[in-house]
Amino acid sequence: MKSLEELRALREKMKSQTDNRSVAGSEETVIKVGMATCGIAAGARPVLDALLDEADKRHLHNVSISQTGCIGMCRLEPIVEVFKDGQKFTYVHMTADKARKVMNDHVVNGNPCQEYLISEN
Amino acid sequence: MVHLKINNIPVEVKEGTTILEAAKIAGINIPTLCYLKEINEIGACRICVVEVKGARSLVAACVYPVNEGMEVFTNTEKVRKSRKTTLELLLSDHKKECLSCVRSTNCELQKLSNEYGCDENRFKGVRTECEQDTSTSYLVRDNEKCILCRRCVAVCKKVQEVAVIAPARRGFNTHIACAFESDLNDAPCVACGQCVAVCPTGALHEREEIDNVRDAINNPEKVVIVAAAPAVRAAIGEEFGYPIGTNTEGKMFTTMRMLGFDKVFDVNFGADLTILEESNELLDRVTNKGVLPMFTSCSPGWIRYIEYYYPELIPNLSSCKSPMQMTGATIKTYWAKKEGIDPKNIYFVGIMPCTAKKFEKTRADESASGYPDVDAVLTTRELAKMIKTSGIIYNELPDGTFDNPLGEFTGAGVIFGATGGVMEAALRTAAEKITGKPLDSVDFKEVRGIKGIKEAEYDLNGVKVKVAVASGLTNAKKLCEKIKKGECDYTFVEVMCCPGGCVNGGGQPIQSAYVRRNVDLRSKRAKALYDEDKNAKIRKSHENEAVMSLYKEFFGEPGSHKAHEILHTSYVDRKNK
Amino acid sequence: MFRSHILVCGGTGCTSGNSMKVYDALVDRVKKAGLENEVHVTKTGCFGLCAYGPIMIVYPEGAFYSQVKVEDVDEIFNEHIVKGRIVTRLLYKETVGEDGNIKALNDTNFYKKQHRVALRNCGVINPEKIEEYIAYDGYEALGKVLTEMTPQDVIDVISKSGLRGRGGAGFPTGRKWQFAKNSVGNKKYVCCNADEGDPGAFMDRSILEGDPHAVIEAMAIAAYAIGSDQGYIYVRAEYPIAVQRLTIAIKQAREYGLLGKNIFGTKFCFDLDIRLGAGAFVCGEETALMTSIEGHRGEPRPRPPFPAVKGLFGKPTILNNVETYANVPQIILKGADWFASMGTEKSRGTKVFALGGKIHNTGLVEIPMGTTMREIIYDIGGGCPNGKKFKAAQTGGPSGGCIPAHLIDTPIDYDNLIAIGSMMGSGGLIVMDEDNCMVDIAKFFLEFTVDESCGKCTACRIGTKRLYEMLCKVTDGTATLEDLDKMEELCYYIKENSLCGLGQTAPNPVLSTLHYFRDEYEAHVRDKRCPAGVCKKLLRYQIVADKCKGCTLCARNCPAGAISGNVKEPHVIDPNKCIKCGVCIEKCRFGAIIKA
Repeated sequence: MKSLEELRALREKMKSQTDNRSVAGSEETVIKVGMATCGIAAGARPVLDALLDEADKRHLHNVSISQTGCIGMCRLEPIVEVFKDGQKFTYVHMTADKARKVMNDHVVNGNPCQEYLISEN
Repeated sequence: MVHLKINNIPVEVKEGTTILEAAKIAGINIPTLCYLKEINEIGACRICVVEVKGARSLVAACVYPVNEGMEVFTNTEKVRKSRKTTLELLLSDHKKECLSCVRSTNCELQKLSNEYGCDENRFKGVRTECEQDTSTSYLVRDNEKCILCRRCVAVCKKVQEVAVIAPARRGFNTHIACAFESDLNDAPCVACGQCVAVCPTGALHEREEIDNVRDAINNPEKVVIVAAAPAVRAAIGEEFGYPIGTNTEGKMFTTMRMLGFDKVFDVNFGADLTILEESNELLDRVTNKGVLPMFTSCSPGWIRYIEYYYPELIPNLSSCKSPMQMTGATIKTYWAKKEGIDPKNIYFVGIMPCTAKKFEKTRADESASGYPDVDAVLTTRELAKMIKTSGIIYNELPDGTFDNPLGEFTGAGVIFGATGGVMEAALRTAAEKITGKPLDSVDFKEVRGIKGIKEAEYDLNGVKVKVAVASGLTNAKKLCEKIKKGECDYTFVEVMCCPGGCVNGGGQPIQSAYVRRNVDLRSKRAKALYDEDKNAKIRKSHENEAVMSLYKEFFGEPGSHKAHEILHTSYVDRKNK
Repeated sequence: MFRSHILVCGGTGCTSGNSMKVYDALVDRVKKAGLENEVHVTKTGCFGLCAYGPIMIVYPEGAFYSQVKVEDVDEIFNEHIVKGRIVTRLLYKETVGEDGNIKALNDTNFYKKQHRVALRNCGVINPEKIEEYIAYDGYEALGKVLTEMTPQDVIDVISKSGLRGRGGAGFPTGRKWQFAKNSVGNKKYVCCNADEGDPGAFMDRSILEGDPHAVIEAMAIAAYAIGSDQGYIYVRAEYPIAVQRLTIAIKQAREYGLLGKNIFGTKFCFDLDIRLGAGAFVCGEETALMTSIEGHRGEPRPRPPFPAVKGLFGKPTILNNVETYANVPQIILKGADWFASMGTEKSRGTKVFALGGKIHNTGLVEIPMGTTMREIIYDIGGGCPNGKKFKAAQTGGPSGGCIPAHLIDTPIDYDNLIAIGSMMGSGGLIVMDEDNCMVDIAKFFLEFTVDESCGKCTACRIGTKRLYEMLCKVTDGTATLEDLDKMEELCYYIKENSLCGLGQTAPNPVLSTLHYFRDEYEAHVRDKRCPAGVCKKLLRYQIVADKCKGCTLCARNCPAGAISGNVKEPHVIDPNKCIKCGVCIEKCRFGAIIKA
């Protein structure tokens, strides 16, 4: 360790390893992927992988990504719930690509992807 | 300088002075038990506690340095009560055989307990149970009388650097022991008895041989002969109230006869004899390129030290027996023949300032006549005890003298008892042998005095003689290391195991730590010997007529085959045995 | 990035409850399921709630599983990790709200009042990975000190924070460092006292096991402050996990250049070595500890000279306790004011306590100084089990005293504890209820010091032994009232006359119980009765004839054959044969046997 900068760089790198090692605070964005049998069968795994990958690449330390059980709407799986700014957004029929877009538009830039949200139809 | 008040008396002392030392200056004594100046300063016994204004608890005066403005109280109710309790606690774990204990009336614990009016039974409880260590021929350890002051441990470690004893276990079970609780006999102990000399109680004492000696005296078949080492006469008076450094040689001779010894010879004679053999050996080594430097071999503790710790230096040791052994060997060969007595019936008793001599007499290769050269060794203390139990009023005796022929001695033999004495005696003889003419002055003052290591160089008719004198094994060790590394070119080295030489031996009268702190025992006792030398008519060993006729009649000449058989010995490597 | 972290406690308590098997099983499941890039299993230091071990926590949900067995692993993995369904059955009950939802751990009674500074990383990071410590701001304080502060600045911050030694006596840390800095010497040493020996105290062990780098970092900071380049951590060999983690931590710190030459590219050089203690309590005393490091028999030496002037190998030395060091990096990073804002006026910051004895939540808690004993024992500790009445609390281990129930509202800090006859000590807190005999408690602690005395000074070596024997007389019913006075006198003598802190504080358990519970002592002496029914020699087991149905169960189980009687007739106990083992009481179904 030849300088303080070196230490700090290592710390930034290591942060992603230990992110998620706490209960999400109110300022954090929580993303939950339905990973019950229905979700996995419908393709939830690549969705989850894509979300984790995006968070990693973008060094998003204030995002908590986890899986959850079946929320009872198996026909709409894969389902991703985003809890942000005190609101809940439910995205349905997700794919890996859609997930990346949600990360970019919604989680990072604050514009929910209206087209993927669950609707009355 | 630091200013403080002790019991309201203003005192000015140097920085770093302890409260104990400062109090002495103010005329106040603070009792101690574990303290030995510069040797054991550990604050363990808690007898020396005093009150210091502002301090959280009592402090140990022996180790507590003074501060500017400090106010010390050494004689408050609290202090007195605390010291008394400490003593009573010590007594509660002490084998209280005080009436008959070897140290009764000369015990520091007893003295303090008496002064503080202790109730020896105030605290009752279990007592440490330890078996006595009687494994050696020279000393006895009775841990049931030990108060764990650790003076013995400190002297063994710091003064002699052999460290064969240390505290073992902990808490109430603490006791002084050898490594792995082995017997002392199995430890590389040099037998010097310095531990005995500093023990405040009866926990350490010599292995007594008084009964054996009395049995011999009572046996009509035995011719019992006694001879005392040079240093004995300089100290035995202390046992009878004489000031330290009083030579009571004459009374000693008288007493010996009264005790029933058949002949009173003198180891001083053996010392003169040693000089002739040893100086001859030295000249032989110098001339014939033998192993140099040559070490003296009078001190049995020193011999054991070499055997245990520097066996590679055994070739440097003179092969001469010690003066005591030479005396015994001569008695049982030459004198026995001359008197027509079977050596079997001769019982020779050496009076020694030493505990290691009790071991020396048991060595192999120390029985020239086929019987041990020496049958019993009594320490100076044992002789005093014998005198006391015989009802002899030592102080009122007329001066007597030794018997001939093996009692005659010169001033050179006398000074064997002090560090540097053997060297000086040897130089007197060697110088005249080499130069062939009498010395202007027989005083070799460079090798006198209590300094740990003394060095000198002499030019004897073109022969350069470089000598060193060491006493105390810490100093001996330094020399051994230098010699091992080849860092010095001494011709002759005198080493005495005990600091200051035999006058301060482990068998000498015991003086309390308080006396040792305030009086230099070594110098005072040595002075008694140098005074005797100064006043002696003959001061060179080779002018001792008895010794010279011994050679004429019996040995031939120094270093002769016969002399070798009777007066020389051999050593063993105890390190790699 | 991992979607889920599973932290398994690897502290000594949970490890002895088989937590490492749980850890191994979890790692195995994750690997078999191919989730290594998604789910991270870590072993951490102690969570503190040792009574409920083995403990694991799953993030991001924060599900706190307690008393997890290896057999539970499959269920947790399949349900929670794979399917996201928390296994409520295994959750620590306190974390399940009335509505069935999970409560945050910090909202539970045990954690709510705690404030974790020294323990901040314990149960959070993997102590065997320096990178995780760095991720949690590790070594930032050292970097800051070396690049932005002078040694005097460092000492000023520590002094201003009010941090006092957490090992027992509470000496101001900043002042200690200042003394050592002011001492002239070409070589100085920084030592860490990890020779935690109080029965019932284990905070230092937990810190070393859970966050070893915090101690290493703090020692480097201290070394910079006083001008030292070599440190020693003296840790007892009975703490194998702590030793192992420390060894790993030192190795990693060296690899990263955080120990060694020219740290952070500055001129500062510092390295550390571990020295193992053989488990002598007295080696926790600073001079004895240094004597032991030097390779001698671990015995205290007189002070002065103080270690700051003449310490290890005769050189200026500072010696601080593990918990003290664990606070240092945080103080440097967050500032003296932050630290000083916690606690009381003279005792700043927090203190870790090890709760033990008759208390529900045994374990480790860190609370701000000034928290009352009541809050610790009842709110955090959950009070005495089985509805028993709280009687006293012992703080400071064998050097401390017993605090009686009526002082339970005393705010805990250094000075208050001393004022009521106890001391902070290293922070052991042992709770006693109505079933504890206070004489017996005093005897227990004194027996410990008698055994652990080094034997150097008379007052401690023989004094404590005689005191112990007097206590035995009390519990045997053979003491007199005068003996009680004699005991008290001897206590004060030992305090005043002992060479080191061990002896000077050894009588505290006796003195404080004599002071607060003299009636119990007098009951033993005067009435030959042990009110709590503990002291065997004063007990008599009796069968109440009215209640005895003559079922013979007690007689059949008595190992001494002391009970006799005919079937269906009341039995009797022969007091001469009875060994007072209590088996009969346990066996009797009718409550017919009593101790009196």
